[in-house]
Amino acid sequence: MPGQSAVRTRRIALAGNPNTGKTTVFNMLTGFRARTGNYAGVTVERKAGGLKGAPEDQPVEIVDLPGTYSLSARSADEMVAADVLLGLREDEERPDLVLIVADASNLERNLFLATQVMECGVPCVLLLNMMDVAKENRLAIDATGLSDRLRVPVFPIVAAKGEGLDAVRDYLVRGSFEEAHSALVEFPEVFENAVTDLLRTIRESDCPETFARPFLARRALLETDGIAGKRLLDCGGEAVSTALSQSRKAIEESGQRIVSLEARVRYGFIKQALRDVVERPEERVETLSDRIDRILIHRVWGTLVFVTLMIIVFQAIYSWSAPFMDVIDGVFGFLGGRLAAVVSEGPLQSFLVDGVIAGVGGVVIFLPQILCLFLFISLLEDCGYMARAAFLMDRLLSRVGLSGRSFIPMLSSFACAIPGVMATRTIEDRRDRFTTMLIAPLMSCSARLPVYTLLIGAFIPERKVVGFIGLQGLTLFAMYLVGVVVAIPVALILKKTFFKGSTPALILELPPYRRPGIKVVIWRLWERAGAFLKRAGTIIFAVSIIVWAAAYYPRSASVREEIEQEYLFELAEAGPDELPAVEERMEREIEGAYLRQSILGRMGHVVEPLVRPLGWDWKIGMATIASFPAREVIVATLGIIYDVGSDADEESPDLREKLQNARHPDGTPVFTIPVALSIMVFFALCAQCAATLAVIKRETNSWRWPFFSFAYMTLLAWIGALLVYQISAAILS
Amino acid sequence: MTGPARLVDLRPGERALIRDLAGEVPLVQRLLEMGLTEDEEVEVVRFAPLGDPVEIQIRGYFLSLRKQEAAAILVEKI
Ligand SMILES: Nc1nc2c(ncn2[C@@H]2O[C@H](COP(=O)(O)OP(=O)(O)O)[C@@H](O)[C@H]2O)c(=O)[nH]1
Repeated sequence: MPGQSAVRTRRIALAGNPNTGKTTVFNMLTGFRARTGNYAGVTVERKAGGLKGAPEDQPVEIVDLPGTYSLSARSADEMVAADVLLGLREDEERPDLVLIVADASNLERNLFLATQVMECGVPCVLLLNMMDVAKENRLAIDATGLSDRLRVPVFPIVAAKGEGLDAVRDYLVRGSFEEAHSALVEFPEVFENAVTDLLRTIRESDCPETFARPFLARRALLETDGIAGKRLLDCGGEAVSTALSQSRKAIEESGQRIVSLEARVRYGFIKQALRDVVERPEERVETLSDRIDRILIHRVWGTLVFVTLMIIVFQAIYSWSAPFMDVIDGVFGFLGGRLAAVVSEGPLQSFLVDGVIAGVGGVVIFLPQILCLFLFISLLEDCGYMARAAFLMDRLLSRVGLSGRSFIPMLSSFACAIPGVMATRTIEDRRDRFTTMLIAPLMSCSARLPVYTLLIGAFIPERKVVGFIGLQGLTLFAMYLVGVVVAIPVALILKKTFFKGSTPALILELPPYRRPGIKVVIWRLWERAGAFLKRAGTIIFAVSIIVWAAAYYPRSASVREEIEQEYLFELAEAGPDELPAVEERMEREIEGAYLRQSILGRMGHVVEPLVRPLGWDWKIGMATIASFPAREVIVATLGIIYDVGSDADEESPDLREKLQNARHPDGTPVFTIPVALSIMVFFALCAQCAATLAVIKRETNSWRWPFFSFAYMTLLAWIGALLVYQISAAILS
Repeated sequence: MTGPARLVDLRPGERALIRDLAGEVPLVQRLLEMGLTEDEEVEVVRFAPLGDPVEIQIRGYFLSLRKQEAAAILVEKI
């Protein structure tokens, strides 16, 4: 067309069942180069990349559609896939060609979706992946024969090893695609007549021209609650709705049940098509996978392996990432120190060091844990164990209305809620997914540990309770338990209110075990880390800056002058050895005074009536507000408020002593055992973590859920702290 | 043995032919799409250590279902 750019990018979609190697094919064809974005209005990721090796003047774009078992879509993921294939999405053009990835070792079921897609009126190609597995299972597949029966080009491949993909690439580059065929599977005549009738009505309705297509009418008739029917009713209104139910009635009256019609006919066709094309061994071969499963899902061994594996994962996230976190901490500390030395003291220095560096550091510090967890998740997912973990844990989780799929996200959250929330993507059911996302932050993550360590060390007596179990350890354990115990009723309530509905069925494929492709695993890690840094990072960073400003301003010079006046005499008296110590003490007092009259300090006074019943004074209230970006910030803030110097950490005996010695104006100690317990319980249950909230926002694509999380968790934390304080104060007094 | 049984009543290792799917339409449709059509052979492979869900083999692959769903699948033992 004149005026239009000569180069038209050909668009190719990848479709297929989950676990068929779609991601691997995508990566091989694009050379591990993907651009990710979101489909408008839904939280489904859109992944696309250019075909590697395509000539520059004929670019080819490959879009990876979410894996699905059928076109009659249910989850948001599946709907996007179906929408794109049916040409119903406005933000995604219909592809020029669909590459259907099918697992050659499991052809019957894979061909169900494949033949559905082949009838969508887009040219198709069938990639028979996992040919190596098929061979191992002694299945002989005649690809040419299959191609004749299905009337589409068929390419046998082993995506994990890159075998056969050159032929696919050549085919794509050549670009002369076969014609699409409209109907492959033969349906009963009464059905075909119904399709014709419905088509006529659609043509006469208000639906756009593009909706009057046979494949849409067929899908609308076959799927009871499908996407095609929904889209047709949206534009066709009353007329189409009547025609649809009349056509259905006609089919039912002829003795065909609509529910089972498609499955019966389609699977019948597939059986026929595969006859003589796939040769099976007489007896089913016992595969390695079967043998592994006999151990891994065994009553005793399976449970044992499972528990051991989970302990290793947890331990790894917890301790393997610690050295890396220390390094990151050190690097940012060093950077801060250098900057402080270069930039002269004042607002700019404080902004750069306490705001920017500390803010960025607060984000990056989570990276080792996230990478570590996702490494395990990727490995377990790719090798096929994840489905088994869901299988093993489903019973327990179904008691609170969730399913086995929620297990990994919950476990991950004990390390850090951020990867936990991100891991909920594997949960198909939206209600389950959201419930899991909302309770995951209740699990005690590693950021709570500094808070617990500090307060337990300072206030819980070192006493043995029974045998070798000490009171301190027991308190720590109790803090971890609090979150779990509270999560149970919360999940039940959420599933009864916001996410009401019957417990979704668990129909979960247990794919054969496979050796994970290292490149794919690493690539996935990289992708997820990037997503975290980019999206969550910006929000956390912004919040950190705001909190910094609130703690820094206003800053009138008179505060410093007053304190310097007070110290005048002491400074003059001090000998040369004592002088630095006195000066340091003065500087700390000045810092404390500034903080007290900063915006944050004033907010502390404002919330004082609210935190009084918890046994707190305004300083603790203020430190809690300051720790909104991240829980562990409270340790540093307490350090500043109680004039210890801002480089306090939970190990510093100085800070412990300071807290022990802190006094109310009337001379009574600020921190008692009940106060310490109340603070710990508050931090166990609260949502003081901007990063988690940012990730919830990103994953739900709405501000509503992070706000909700924050509100309900803060309320719970307040109630919990209140109860613990009042009860323990009553008992101990 | 004759007469319909429920899939959930089979013991591990037992095989049967699917006769009918009872239950709500979305569930039935989902099961059908996964290949649990009439006259197809299924085998109960094992139950999870906690008793639920159940793993079955159908059309050469493995699928896990809750007992509740497996109870909706009527079969004839072979
Ligand atoms: N044996 C074998 N494994 C494969 C092949 N292609 C992919 N895999 C593995 O199958 C698993 C699932 O692959 P993935 O691409 O993540 O599947 P997806 O869920 O469809 O995207 C991974 O562990 C892959 O390494 C293949 O041709 N042969």
